[in-house]
Amino acid sequence: MNIVVCVKQVPDTATERKLRSDDKTLDREAADGVVNELDEYAVEEALKLKEAHGGEVTVLTMGPGKATETIRKVLAMGADKAVHLSDDALHGSDALSTSYAMAQALKKIGFDLVVLGSESTDARTGVLAAMLAERLGVPQLTLANKVEVNGSAIAVQRLTDYGYDKVEASLPAVVSVVEKINEPRYPSFKGIMAAKKKPVETLGVADAEISADQVGLANAWSEVVDFAVAPPRAAGTVVKDEGDGGAKIAEFLASKKFV
Amino acid sequence: MDDLLELDDQLTPEHRMVRDSVAGFVTDRVLPHVGDWFEQGVFPARDLAPVLGSLGMLGMHLEGYGCAGLDAVSYGVACRELEAGDSGLRSFVSVQGSLAMFPIWKYGSEEQKREWLPRMASGEAIGCFGLTEPDHGSDPAGMRTTAKQDPSGDWMLNGAKMWITNGSIADVAVVWAQTDDGIRGFVVPTSTPGFSAPEIHRKMSLRASVTSSLYFDDVRLPASAVLPGVTGLKGPLSCLTEARFGILWGVVGAARACLEAAVDYARTRVQFGRPIGAFQLTQEKLAWMAVALGQAGLTALHLGRLKDAGTLKPRQVSFGKLANVRAALDIARQARTVLGANGVTLEYPVIRHMNNLESVLTYEGTQEVHLLTLGKALTDLDAFR
Repeated sequence: MNIVVCVKQVPDTATERKLRSDDKTLDREAADGVVNELDEYAVEEALKLKEAHGGEVTVLTMGPGKATETIRKVLAMGADKAVHLSDDALHGSDALSTSYAMAQALKKIGFDLVVLGSESTDARTGVLAAMLAERLGVPQLTLANKVEVNGSAIAVQRLTDYGYDKVEASLPAVVSVVEKINEPRYPSFKGIMAAKKKPVETLGVADAEISADQVGLANAWSEVVDFAVAPPRAAGTVVKDEGDGGAKIAEFLASKKFV
Repeated sequence: MDDLLELDDQLTPEHRMVRDSVAGFVTDRVLPHVGDWFEQGVFPARDLAPVLGSLGMLGMHLEGYGCAGLDAVSYGVACRELEAGDSGLRSFVSVQGSLAMFPIWKYGSEEQKREWLPRMASGEAIGCFGLTEPDHGSDPAGMRTTAKQDPSGDWMLNGAKMWITNGSIADVAVVWAQTDDGIRGFVVPTSTPGFSAPEIHRKMSLRASVTSSLYFDDVRLPASAVLPGVTGLKGPLSCLTEARFGILWGVVGAARACLEAAVDYARTRVQFGRPIGAFQLTQEKLAWMAVALGQAGLTALHLGRLKDAGTLKPRQVSFGKLANVRAALDIARQARTVLGANGVTLEYPVIRHMNNLESVLTYEGTQEVHLLTLGKALTDLDAFR
């Protein structure tokens, strides 16, 4: 089975994340880049499927040169090879144009199964899997917390508020995963050493037959109009239990519309 | 906590991946339990060894035979992150990789390497290293353990070793003994009749680590048990140089954990209406600790680079072991004062690291011996031989 796992380099959630004042895109220099956490689950699931069914796992990432660190980590976890979609023309692409560029790259790579995290910790649109499936004309199986492949049939449990749905389709398909699906492995030292020798192909927009006029900040369908720095966290409210602690907490939660 | 010198920016992406893998393992598998292990005086070696093996941490700096073949800085970074968990954990890995696997890898026969190294790299087999004796610590040349070869070619091993990390849980012991040709190393399966390894109890340091005596009572070994590649004290001493390199990195991790605990505590513990970290006396403590930590980290990185360049000298390893263990112990003690009474409980990592470092100060070359090594290097006058 030919599996492509899509990963994104995101700013470390443990550090202070910023937008650039000039073009209102992510300031990639301000924070350390890490693998989007949900994509690590996607990588783990792809590796497990490969271990169970054979085949090959290819990493696909779209991002600037710095994203090679992310590629190396996923290769160290056990992926076989990588494709790095990188071009200045892609800078500032929104979800719609990102899905177009990624779909073009996926068509070039070829796949039986595309796996990705259900959202990124920076943009958090959560729409890429659906958009990719639509652009590629294949079934989408989203929010999976369990994936089973049997020949050309694929079945997932889609996590819902009330439990899960059983969703079945046939390959090729796009699957997005949630964090409950598995426990991502750490790169082993042998994996880290082996990753140095694994092939990484870099594609520009022309290589992937991407029309430059459909990607990038200038051609985005959505726009960041304005942004402000998050206010510092306000002091918490201490509830003293004088026999009515439960009621006070319920009142507080209701006031914040949590219940 | 802010890494003031931004030392890790000097590391390659591979080094940082090694760091993150080990730190992740320590955070998930060690830190939640290590206080209990320490209190109970246990180390779950059989549970941890296969995990350490699958990550590639056992014999990580060796090439071939199932080992990962990392460079020296990677090995150092891994030791640093292991010891940020506990010195006992780092000791387990040091002993397995540098003291048990290294001599087999460096001085062993092809048969010995094939028999032991892959199983030791995977964590299936655990090794220990027998050099120190009850009456011969800093002066191993006087060891009384003997191996005599009989006319059939078999060796007969007799004697005792002490303070042997992993001794009671080991599958194989690399034992150094006097022979008619000088000191030789022997690969001894611990199931051999006449071999026993009772655990040493009542330690107040390295409690999450197994420490044992080894007794050899007419242990009969085949001629093939001897390590063919080395004769004399330089064999075991070369192993110790390897392991000390891991120590001089490892203690930086223990010290960092102590400083982190102290900074965290100083920022949150309120006395006289403000965090104690806002008092100048506390800030002075933290600042000196950070300076010492940064210097120790620089020393480790410099020596790691020398080792990767192939030019690291034993006296430089003595410098690093001496300086960094001393610094780590001072940082741990100072951190203990910042934490006040909480500093003496296992709710915080500080007293555990502090007590562990008392052993680290002594083992694999005492502070005193390393001082004399540097004294000799400076004066060309030998103070103890």
